[in-house]
Amino acid sequence: MLNCRDATCLLSESQERTLSLKERLSLKMHVMMCSGCRNFSDHMHKLHQIMHAYAKGEDVRSPRSPRSP
Amino acid sequence: MPHSSLLTDDEFLDSLRRQMLKFATMQLSDSHLAEDAVQEALIGALKNAKSFGGRAALKTWVFAILKNKIADALRQKQRSVAAGSLLHEDEENEDFAALFDTKGFWQKDERPAAWPNPEESMRELQFWRVFEACLENLPGNQARVFMMREFIELDSVEVCASVGISIGNLNVMLHRARLRLRECLENKWFLAGEHVC
Repeated sequence: MLNCRDATCLLSESQERTLSLKERLSLKMHVMMCSGCRNFSDHMHKLHQIMHAYAKGEDVRSPRSPRSP
Repeated sequence: MPHSSLLTDDEFLDSLRRQMLKFATMQLSDSHLAEDAVQEALIGALKNAKSFGGRAALKTWVFAILKNKIADALRQKQRSVAAGSLLHEDEENEDFAALFDTKGFWQKDERPAAWPNPEESMRELQFWRVFEACLENLPGNQARVFMMREFIELDSVEVCASVGISIGNLNVMLHRARLRLRECLENKWFLAGEHVC
Protein backbone atom coordinates (compact mmCIF):
# COMPACT_ATOMS: atom_id res chain seq x y z
CA MET A 1 0.00 0.00 0.00
CA LEU A 2 1.07 3.58 -0.66
CA ASN A 3 2.40 5.66 2.20
CA CYS A 4 1.65 9.38 2.53
CA ARG A 5 4.97 10.49 1.06
CA ASP A 6 4.34 8.51 -2.13
CA ALA A 7 0.69 9.56 -2.24
CA THR A 8 1.60 13.27 -2.07
CA CYS A 9 4.21 12.64 -4.76
CA LEU A 10 1.55 11.17 -7.08
CA LEU A 11 -0.87 13.99 -6.23
CA SER A 12 1.78 16.50 -7.25
CA GLU A 13 2.64 14.55 -10.41
CA SER A 14 -0.99 14.34 -11.41
CA GLN A 15 -0.67 18.05 -12.26
CA GLU A 16 2.18 17.22 -14.64
CA ARG A 17 0.98 14.07 -16.39
CA THR A 18 -1.91 11.63 -16.60
CA LEU A 19 -1.40 8.95 -13.97
CA SER A 20 -1.57 5.27 -14.96
CA LEU A 21 -4.62 3.22 -14.01
CA LYS A 22 -2.64 1.40 -11.33
CA GLU A 23 -1.41 4.70 -9.86
CA ARG A 24 -4.90 6.15 -9.88
CA LEU A 25 -6.39 3.14 -8.13
CA SER A 26 -3.79 2.90 -5.40
CA LEU A 27 -4.03 6.65 -4.86
CA LYS A 28 -7.80 6.41 -4.57
CA MET A 29 -7.52 3.63 -1.99
CA HIS A 30 -5.04 5.62 0.06
CA VAL A 31 -6.93 8.90 -0.07
CA MET A 32 -10.16 7.17 0.97
CA MET A 33 -8.56 6.11 4.21
CA CYS A 34 -6.26 9.08 4.92
CA SER A 35 -7.77 12.44 5.85
CA GLY A 36 -4.34 14.15 5.70
CA CYS A 37 -3.82 13.19 2.07
CA ARG A 38 -7.44 13.99 1.27
CA ASN A 39 -6.81 17.53 2.52
CA PHE A 40 -3.47 17.59 0.70
CA SER A 41 -5.22 16.69 -2.55
CA ASP A 42 -7.70 19.51 -2.05
CA HIS A 43 -4.85 21.91 -1.23
CA MET A 44 -3.03 21.03 -4.46
CA HIS A 45 -6.06 22.15 -6.45
CA LYS A 46 -6.41 25.30 -4.36
CA LEU A 47 -2.71 26.06 -4.69
CA HIS A 48 -2.97 25.77 -8.45
CA GLN A 49 -5.96 28.17 -8.50
CA ILE A 50 -4.15 30.60 -6.22
CA MET A 51 -1.00 30.53 -8.39
CA HIS A 52 -3.07 30.98 -11.52
CA ALA A 53 -4.84 34.03 -10.08
CA TYR A 54 -1.49 35.38 -8.92
CA ALA A 55 0.12 34.87 -12.33
CA LYS A 56 -2.81 36.54 -14.08
CA GLY A 57 -2.63 39.49 -11.70
CA GLU A 58 -6.14 38.79 -10.45
CA ASP A 59 -5.18 39.10 -6.83
CA VAL A 60 -6.35 42.11 -4.86
CA ARG A 61 -3.17 44.03 -5.52
CA SER A 62 -4.78 45.21 -8.69
CA PRO A 63 -8.56 45.32 -8.89
CA ARG A 64 -8.50 47.27 -12.13
CA SER A 65 -5.27 46.12 -13.70
CA PRO A 66 -5.15 45.47 -17.43
CA ARG A 67 -4.76 41.93 -18.78
CA SER A 68 -1.47 40.46 -19.84
CA PRO A 69 -0.39 41.78 -23.28
CA MET B 1 -0.69 59.78 -5.71
CA PRO B 2 -1.44 61.26 -9.18
CA HIS B 3 -0.70 58.71 -11.89
CA SER B 4 1.79 60.77 -13.85
CA SER B 5 4.11 61.10 -10.86
CA LEU B 6 4.70 57.33 -10.79
CA LEU B 7 7.04 58.02 -13.68
CA THR B 8 9.06 60.51 -11.72
CA ASP B 9 9.05 58.64 -8.41
CA ASP B 10 12.63 57.44 -8.59
CA GLU B 11 12.51 55.59 -5.32
CA PHE B 12 9.48 53.54 -6.36
CA LEU B 13 10.86 52.82 -9.82
CA ASP B 14 14.19 51.80 -8.41
CA SER B 15 12.68 49.39 -5.94
CA LEU B 16 10.39 47.94 -8.63
CA ARG B 17 13.35 47.54 -10.96
CA ARG B 18 15.33 45.69 -8.29
CA GLN B 19 12.46 43.28 -7.60
CA MET B 20 12.12 42.58 -11.32
CA LEU B 21 15.83 42.07 -11.76
CA LYS B 22 15.97 39.64 -8.85
CA PHE B 23 13.15 37.58 -10.33
CA ALA B 24 14.48 37.67 -13.91
CA THR B 25 18.00 36.76 -12.82
CA MET B 26 16.72 33.80 -10.83
CA GLN B 27 14.72 32.56 -13.81
CA LEU B 28 17.28 33.15 -16.54
CA SER B 29 20.56 32.61 -14.61
CA ASP B 30 22.09 35.24 -16.84
CA SER B 31 22.39 38.83 -15.70
CA HIS B 32 22.60 40.30 -19.22
CA LEU B 33 19.50 38.54 -20.45
CA ALA B 34 17.79 39.51 -17.20
CA GLU B 35 18.75 43.19 -17.61
CA ASP B 36 17.41 43.18 -21.16
CA ALA B 37 14.12 41.58 -20.19
CA VAL B 38 13.61 44.01 -17.29
CA GLN B 39 14.50 47.00 -19.43
CA GLU B 40 12.07 46.05 -22.17
CA ALA B 41 9.29 45.28 -19.72
CA LEU B 42 9.73 48.58 -17.90
CA ILE B 43 9.81 50.64 -21.06
CA GLY B 44 6.73 48.84 -22.36
CA ALA B 45 4.82 49.43 -19.15
CA LEU B 46 5.86 53.03 -18.61
CA LYS B 47 4.67 53.99 -22.06
CA ASN B 48 1.19 53.21 -20.78
CA ALA B 49 1.71 54.45 -17.25
CA LYS B 50 -1.15 56.93 -17.53
CA SER B 51 -3.72 54.16 -17.50
CA PHE B 52 -2.71 52.77 -14.10
CA GLY B 53 -4.66 53.13 -10.91
CA GLY B 54 -1.51 53.28 -8.83
CA ARG B 55 1.65 51.49 -7.78
CA ALA B 56 0.11 48.06 -7.19
CA ALA B 57 -1.50 48.02 -10.63
CA LEU B 58 1.70 49.16 -12.32
CA LYS B 59 3.65 46.44 -10.52
CA THR B 60 1.23 43.73 -11.65
CA TRP B 61 1.25 45.02 -15.22
CA VAL B 62 5.01 45.26 -15.42
CA PHE B 63 5.42 41.72 -14.03
CA ALA B 64 2.92 40.39 -16.57
CA ILE B 65 5.06 41.83 -19.36
CA LEU B 66 8.27 40.62 -17.73
CA LYS B 67 6.82 37.13 -17.46
CA ASN B 68 6.28 37.01 -21.22
CA LYS B 69 9.78 38.32 -21.93
CA ILE B 70 11.26 35.65 -19.66
CA ALA B 71 9.18 32.88 -21.26
CA ASP B 72 10.45 33.93 -24.70
CA ALA B 73 14.04 34.11 -23.52
CA LEU B 74 13.84 30.71 -21.84
CA ARG B 75 12.36 29.06 -24.90
CA GLN B 76 15.17 30.47 -27.06
CA LYS B 77 17.89 29.66 -24.62
CA GLN B 78 17.35 25.98 -23.78
CA ARG B 79 20.51 25.80 -21.74
CA SER B 80 22.07 22.52 -20.91
CA VAL B 81 23.00 22.01 -17.30
CA ALA B 82 24.30 18.67 -16.13
CA ALA B 83 21.26 16.67 -15.06
CA GLY B 84 20.96 16.52 -11.32
CA SER B 85 23.09 19.56 -10.65
CA LEU B 86 20.02 21.37 -9.42
CA LEU B 87 19.09 18.72 -6.92
CA HIS B 88 20.66 19.10 -3.53
CA GLU B 89 19.58 15.85 -1.98
CA ASP B 90 21.32 16.36 1.34
CA GLU B 91 19.92 19.81 1.95
CA GLU B 92 16.43 18.84 0.89
CA ASN B 93 15.98 15.42 2.44
CA GLU B 94 15.36 17.09 5.75
CA ASP B 95 12.07 18.38 4.31
CA PHE B 96 10.79 14.86 4.28
CA ALA B 97 12.14 13.84 7.67
CA ALA B 98 10.27 16.70 9.30
CA LEU B 99 6.98 15.91 7.54
CA PHE B 100 6.85 12.12 7.41
CA ASP B 101 7.79 9.36 9.85
CA THR B 102 10.25 6.61 8.93
CA LYS B 103 7.49 4.60 7.22
CA GLY B 104 6.50 7.61 5.10
CA PHE B 105 3.27 8.50 6.90
CA TRP B 106 2.43 12.03 8.10
CA GLN B 107 3.93 13.02 11.42
CA LYS B 108 1.00 13.63 13.73
CA ASP B 109 1.36 17.41 13.89
CA GLU B 110 2.18 17.77 10.18
CA ARG B 111 -0.96 16.15 8.83
CA PRO B 112 -2.71 18.61 6.47
CA ALA B 113 -5.90 20.12 7.91
CA ALA B 114 -8.98 21.38 6.09
CA TRP B 115 -8.61 24.99 4.89
CA PRO B 116 -11.47 27.27 5.79
CA ASN B 117 -12.70 29.55 3.00
CA PRO B 118 -9.81 29.83 0.52
CA GLU B 119 -11.98 31.82 -1.91
CA GLU B 120 -12.61 34.45 0.73
CA SER B 121 -8.90 34.56 1.61
CA MET B 122 -8.04 35.34 -1.99
CA ARG B 123 -9.96 38.61 -1.69
CA GLU B 124 -7.82 39.77 1.23
CA LEU B 125 -4.72 41.85 0.67
CA GLN B 126 -3.02 40.34 3.71
CA PHE B 127 -3.41 36.83 2.28
CA TRP B 128 -1.39 37.79 -0.80
CA ARG B 129 1.35 39.26 1.39
CA VAL B 130 1.60 35.97 3.26
CA PHE B 131 1.54 34.06 -0.03
CA GLU B 132 4.40 36.14 -1.47
CA ALA B 133 6.38 35.63 1.72
CA CYS B 134 5.87 31.85 1.42
CA LEU B 135 7.07 31.93 -2.20
CA GLU B 136 10.13 33.91 -1.09
CA ASN B 137 10.91 31.20 1.46
CA LEU B 138 11.22 28.38 -1.07
CA PRO B 139 14.83 27.26 -1.57
CA GLY B 140 16.36 28.83 -4.71
CA ASN B 141 16.18 25.92 -7.14
CA GLN B 142 12.75 24.77 -6.06
CA ALA B 143 11.52 28.34 -6.36
CA ARG B 144 13.01 28.70 -9.81
CA VAL B 145 11.37 25.64 -11.39
CA PHE B 146 8.11 26.09 -9.48
CA MET B 147 7.77 29.69 -10.70
CA MET B 148 8.69 28.67 -14.26
CA ARG B 149 5.97 26.06 -14.18
CA GLU B 150 3.21 27.87 -12.31
CA PHE B 151 3.89 31.60 -12.71
CA ILE B 152 5.51 31.88 -16.13
CA GLU B 153 3.32 28.89 -17.02
CA LEU B 154 5.73 26.93 -19.19
CA ASP B 155 4.79 23.26 -19.50
CA SER B 156 6.92 20.51 -17.89
CA VAL B 157 8.81 19.72 -21.07
CA GLU B 158 9.71 23.37 -21.63
CA VAL B 159 10.90 23.77 -18.03
CA CYS B 160 13.10 20.67 -18.32
CA ALA B 161 14.57 21.90 -21.60
CA SER B 162 15.39 25.36 -20.30
CA VAL B 163 16.88 24.20 -17.03
CA GLY B 164 18.47 21.04 -18.40
CA ILE B 165 16.97 18.50 -16.00
CA SER B 166 14.99 15.29 -16.50
CA ILE B 167 11.24 15.07 -16.00
CA GLY B 168 11.96 12.87 -12.98
CA ASN B 169 14.08 15.56 -11.36
CA LEU B 170 11.51 18.22 -12.15
CA ASN B 171 8.75 16.18 -10.54
CA VAL B 172 10.82 15.70 -7.39
CA MET B 173 11.49 19.44 -7.15
CA LEU B 174 7.87 20.41 -7.81
CA HIS B 175 6.66 17.90 -5.22
CA ARG B 176 8.97 19.44 -2.61
CA ALA B 177 8.08 23.00 -3.54
CA ARG B 178 4.36 22.20 -3.28
CA LEU B 179 4.83 20.45 0.08
CA ARG B 180 6.65 23.49 1.43
CA LEU B 181 4.32 26.08 0.01
CA ARG B 182 1.27 24.20 1.26
CA GLU B 183 2.71 23.91 4.72
CA CYS B 184 3.70 27.57 4.82
CA LEU B 185 0.22 28.73 3.77
CA GLU B 186 -1.41 26.45 6.32
CA ASN B 187 0.81 27.58 9.20
CA LYS B 188 1.07 31.23 8.32
CA TRP B 189 -2.47 31.82 7.14
CA PHE B 190 -5.19 29.18 7.23
CA LEU B 191 -4.48 27.92 10.74
CA ALA B 192 -2.61 30.96 11.96
CA GLY B 193 -5.37 31.88 14.39
CA GLU B 194 -5.89 35.57 14.19
CA HIS B 195 -4.85 37.56 11.19
CA VAL B 196 -5.30 41.18 10.29
CA CYS B 197 -8.16 41.68 7.86
